[in-house]
Amino acid sequence: MTGQQKKLWKGLLVLALMTPLGIIIPEKFSAGGAWGEWGTDTIARLLGYVPEGLRRWAGIWKAPIPDYNFGGKGASTTVQVISYLASGLIGILAVGILIYIIGRIIVKNGK
Amino acid sequence: MHIPDGYLSPQTYLPLYGITIGFWSLSLRKMKRELSTKHVPYLAMASAFSFLIMMFNVPVPGGTTGHAVGAGIIALLLGPWTAVIAVSVSLMIQALVFGDGGITSLGANCFNMAVVMPFVSYWVFRFVKGNAAGGARLSVAAFLSGYVGLSVAAVFTGIEFGIQPLIAHGPGGRPLYAPYPLSVALPAMALEHMLLFSIVEGIITVLLFRYFVKHEPDMIYALTMGHNVAKQPGGDTGAVNAGRLEK
Repeated sequence: MTGQQKKLWKGLLVLALMTPLGIIIPEKFSAGGAWGEWGTDTIARLLGYVPEGLRRWAGIWKAPIPDYNFGGKGASTTVQVISYLASGLIGILAVGILIYIIGRIIVKNGK
Repeated sequence: MHIPDGYLSPQTYLPLYGITIGFWSLSLRKMKRELSTKHVPYLAMASAFSFLIMMFNVPVPGGTTGHAVGAGIIALLLGPWTAVIAVSVSLMIQALVFGDGGITSLGANCFNMAVVMPFVSYWVFRFVKGNAAGGARLSVAAFLSGYVGLSVAAVFTGIEFGIQPLIAHGPGGRPLYAPYPLSVALPAMALEHMLLFSIVEGIITVLLFRYFVKHEPDMIYALTMGHNVAKQPGGDTGAVNAGRLEK
């Protein structure tokens, strides 16, 4: 790894350690989720019903770490912050592995 | 901007999957031709950066949250075609591992954030930069690149949400998928981005761009394309470029 790459990876690591700000700051400003990304329970509250297609497809994929949170919906802020931090690191690792695989497939060695 | 499962009708997400897969294959083919093993770490870093920057939720006080995507600065540093893959990989992991964005809507999300955004960002930068070789104009170009890129991506997302009630509704006229009409979804997505999230994206883009101009200028794809031409003293780069295109 070159010195320049080391420096950039360090920058990314610092960014990863700062990710909890991504849940703490919105909480301070009492901001909710993103527009158009509501769960079916929130949709039901907003509209008074859940559109049929939405109800059918919303749960099609069970992600291993839903919402970057190990603790589920009622998790304390501490658990959320730790989960978020861990999710950032897991995310970097997963992205790195996937890119490595793509790199192995498309890039000729030693070129 | 990560559309979950159930919000888009198949009439919307299938064609968008098609377009996105087309861009993926073109992009991979281009990378196969141009990249070597020493580029792979940069691709991984770009993808990791995009993943991380999207975790920084920015609040509208008392309202919703949004985030930067990073596709603009990645397009400037590595080129828009490489950015397609870097951001798509990040979106895939977000959907598969963290349930952020749906599986059926992955094509749409990649289209908005990993296809539309890097290309818009890249071309806005080139357009605003013009023949300028440095100075404030480059910074303005970098800011607008991120700002416009994310805003246009938000407009596409708003349109995709907003056309759902027109495309699919049940017997009672109730929408089957995303419930809000274009007149609500489009302004909601466009305004929250143009007034806040895109400004954040623009600032991140210009700060990182300036860092790379100062420390790693040779790494910047958007500047080194045609680098040798621009360096010729007193040369009219516009004319030279035009001459090159004609060949």
